[in-house]
Amino acid sequence: MNLTLKIWRQAGPNEQGKFVNYPVSDISPDSSFLEMLDILNEQLVEKGEEPVAFDHDCREGICGTCSLYINGRPHGPDTAITTCQLHMRKFKDGDTITIEPWRAKPFPVIRDLIVDRSSFDEIMQAGGFISVDTGGVPDANAIPISKVDADLAMDAAACIGCGACVAACKNASAMLFVSAKVSQFALLPQGKIEAKRRVQKMVAKMDELGFGNCTNTYACEAECPKEIQVTNIARMNREFLVAKLTDRVK
Amino acid sequence: MGNKVIQSSLTKKYVMALAGLFLVTFLFVHMSINLLVLLPSTDTFNIAAHFMGTNPLIKIFEVVLFGGFIIHIIYGLVLQIQNWMARPNRYKVEGWSHTSPFSKFMIHTAIIVFVFLVIHLGDFYIKAKFLGQVDDVMIDGHHYHDLGAMVLAKFQMPLYVFGYILAIIILAFHLHHGFQSGFQSLGINHPKYTPFIKTVSTLVSIVLAVGFISIPLTIYFGNY
Repeated sequence: MNLTLKIWRQAGPNEQGKFVNYPVSDISPDSSFLEMLDILNEQLVEKGEEPVAFDHDCREGICGTCSLYINGRPHGPDTAITTCQLHMRKFKDGDTITIEPWRAKPFPVIRDLIVDRSSFDEIMQAGGFISVDTGGVPDANAIPISKVDADLAMDAAACIGCGACVAACKNASAMLFVSAKVSQFALLPQGKIEAKRRVQKMVAKMDELGFGNCTNTYACEAECPKEIQVTNIARMNREFLVAKLTDRVK
Repeated sequence: MGNKVIQSSLTKKYVMALAGLFLVTFLFVHMSINLLVLLPSTDTFNIAAHFMGTNPLIKIFEVVLFGGFIIHIIYGLVLQIQNWMARPNRYKVEGWSHTSPFSKFMIHTAIIVFVFLVIHLGDFYIKAKFLGQVDDVMIDGHHYHDLGAMVLAKFQMPLYVFGYILAIIILAFHLHHGFQSGFQSLGINHPKYTPFIKTVSTLVSIVLAVGFISIPLTIYFGNY
C-alpha cells in the first residue's frame, strides 16, 4: 500500500505545532498501524530527521497507552480496538491519513502525538481507591456478591484509562472514564464504604482539571476500546445526586 | 463543599434536565390551547387565552415558566462555553465517531429556537400583554382580546407560516435528543425503561411538531 500521512508535529509542550505530510510506500495491509509508523520512523532516522513521537507500550490492547486520533476517530476506523490493534487493511491504497494527538485542555501535548494523561491519575488519586484491612488473608468468597453486580463491576473495571472517551467527545468530557471508575467500586460491597465521598471527590477533581460536560451524545461509548457503556454515566449521576443529598459531611 | 454544589458539572446537568423536562410539559399545554383556534369559532380559543392570561394560579406559573426558560438558557450557555474551553485546540478532521443524530447540534437548534421564541413573544405575548395592540371582541357580553383573529391573520402570510413550521421542526429535533437525554442526566438509565423513554422521546417530538404545525397549515390552506 502507498499512503500519505498527515501528521501533527510539535517539538515541545510550548512550541507551535503543524501538520507535516509524509509519503510511505510498500506497506503490507497485514501490518498494524503502529508498525506502519515504525517503518516511517526508520525511514526518517535513516534520512537524519527527527522520528515521530507517539505513545505505545503493550501492543496487545490492554495497557491503554497508544492514543492517536486517526481520520477523525480515536484509535482509527474500527470499533472496540486500541490503535495497536488497528490494521492497515482498514485503509485503502492511496489514502491520506490524518493523525492527530488527543485534543483536550487537561491532555496537553508533550511532543508530536504524545499527550500528558496524568490528569486521569489525579482523578484516581482523588477517590479511586478502597480501604482494605491489613492482616491475615481473608477467606475467598467471604463476602457474598450477586453475579449481576459482579459482572457490571467487571465490565466497568475493563476501562484501561486510554482517554479515547475524552478524545471522541465533542465536549472533551471525561465522564465515561470517571463513571467507569466510580461504578467499578460502587457496585461492590468493598467499595460502599467510601462511595459517597468518592463520587464527589472524583467529580470535583474532573471539573477542576477542566474536562467538559457530558451532553449525552454517546460518542465515548462508540469509541471506547473496552466498550464501556454510558449506563455507567447514569450510575455516576445517581451516585452523585444521592451523595450530595444525603452525605452528612458538609 | 457547599459552593461546589452549584458549580459542579453534574449539578448543572440536573438543573438543565429538570428545567428542560418542565418546559416540555409547558409545550403540551401551549399546544392544546393553540389547537382550539382551529374550531369553527375562535370564541373558545379567546376564552381559553383569557383564562391563561388572568387566572392567578396560572400567573404564578407564568413566573415559574419564565424562570424555567431563563435557567435552561443560562445553564445551557455556561455548559456550552465550558465545553468549548475544554478543547482549546480543535481537531483538523473531527466528528466521525458515531453519535445519536441530533445530539451534536443542541446548541445550534437551541439558538434557532431562542430566536423564534423572541420573535414569537414579540408577536403575541408582548402585543397582547403590554402594548394592547389587540382588538377586542364581545363574547356573551364580556370583553376579550381577539387573539384568535390575530393568529388567523398571521397565518395567512406565507413567509410567517414557513418560518413557524421551520422553527417547530428545529424544536422537534432539539426535543428528540433533549427529552430522553434529561432522564440520563438525572441518572435514569435502566435496561427495562430506557428503550421506552427513548420511544416516548421520539413520540413527544413528533406529537408536538405535528400538533403545532397543523395549526398554520390548516389556517393557510383552509377557509379561515
